[in-house]
Amino acid sequence: MLYISGFVAIISTLMVITRKNAVHALLYLIVSLLSVALVFFVLGAPFVAALEVIIYAGAIMVLFIFVIMMLNVGTASVKQESQWMSPAGWVGPASLSAVLLGELIYVMTNSGIRLINVSMVVPKQVGISLFGPYLIAVELASMLLLSGLIGANHLGRRNGRWGNKKDLEGKNS
Amino acid sequence: MLTTMSGEFGLLLAGVLFALGLIGVLIRRNIIFILMSIEIMLNAAGLAFVVAGARWQQPDGQVMFIFILVMAAAEVSVGLALALQFFRSFRTLDADAAGRMRG
Repeated sequence: MLYISGFVAIISTLMVITRKNAVHALLYLIVSLLSVALVFFVLGAPFVAALEVIIYAGAIMVLFIFVIMMLNVGTASVKQESQWMSPAGWVGPASLSAVLLGELIYVMTNSGIRLINVSMVVPKQVGISLFGPYLIAVELASMLLLSGLIGANHLGRRNGRWGNKKDLEGKNS
Repeated sequence: MLTTMSGEFGLLLAGVLFALGLIGVLIRRNIIFILMSIEIMLNAAGLAFVVAGARWQQPDGQVMFIFILVMAAAEVSVGLALALQFFRSFRTLDADAAGRMRG
């Protein structure tokens, strides 16, 4: 089950970075996030799997869909994308990244972790750890979310007037 | 639910997803696709944290994933607002058009 969902994640991520239409890429990205959520569940982290589905595949992807809808670029952008995706443009970066990935795989297979005993880390443990030793980080995360909200609200205005994007930004916090 | 599995596969999956996100950032010129690839990379980093947390049976990995999630949410909201402003100014999503910015 872990292997199947892992391969689904890899294939759908490969489709994300090669699609020309933004909405198709977004749908593949949702498939990829759902399969990574399944990997989390198999690894014994059900709370994080639920958060992945709710926040990543729910809230953040809805935000992307709203922006793609507001930009309203249709078939013209698909043609533009096919012009930008020339083989000379992607062979170099892709091969260099593949070399880096090969080094990473080499390091991991030589001195990585061999076998892990998977038992579930229940949400109660996560909560106790989150509000015990990591309390200051939770406060800092709330400040980060507040600054993100204010920044998005400020940048999303159109020409000094308050646009209709205010209700859009409140979704992800 | 107590099973034994290869812990390398989780880390390898995280590495492959991160490399795919990196390739996406490098080869695409559309800002929306660049933001999506950054999401993929952040998600892969979180996957590595969760695998490490599962290895040592500690909740710290999941806590770190929650912080990565918070950072990704804040980053994507600001990034998409910037993309909207960019599209309003230049009528394109080409990242190279940002070279025409003045001030």
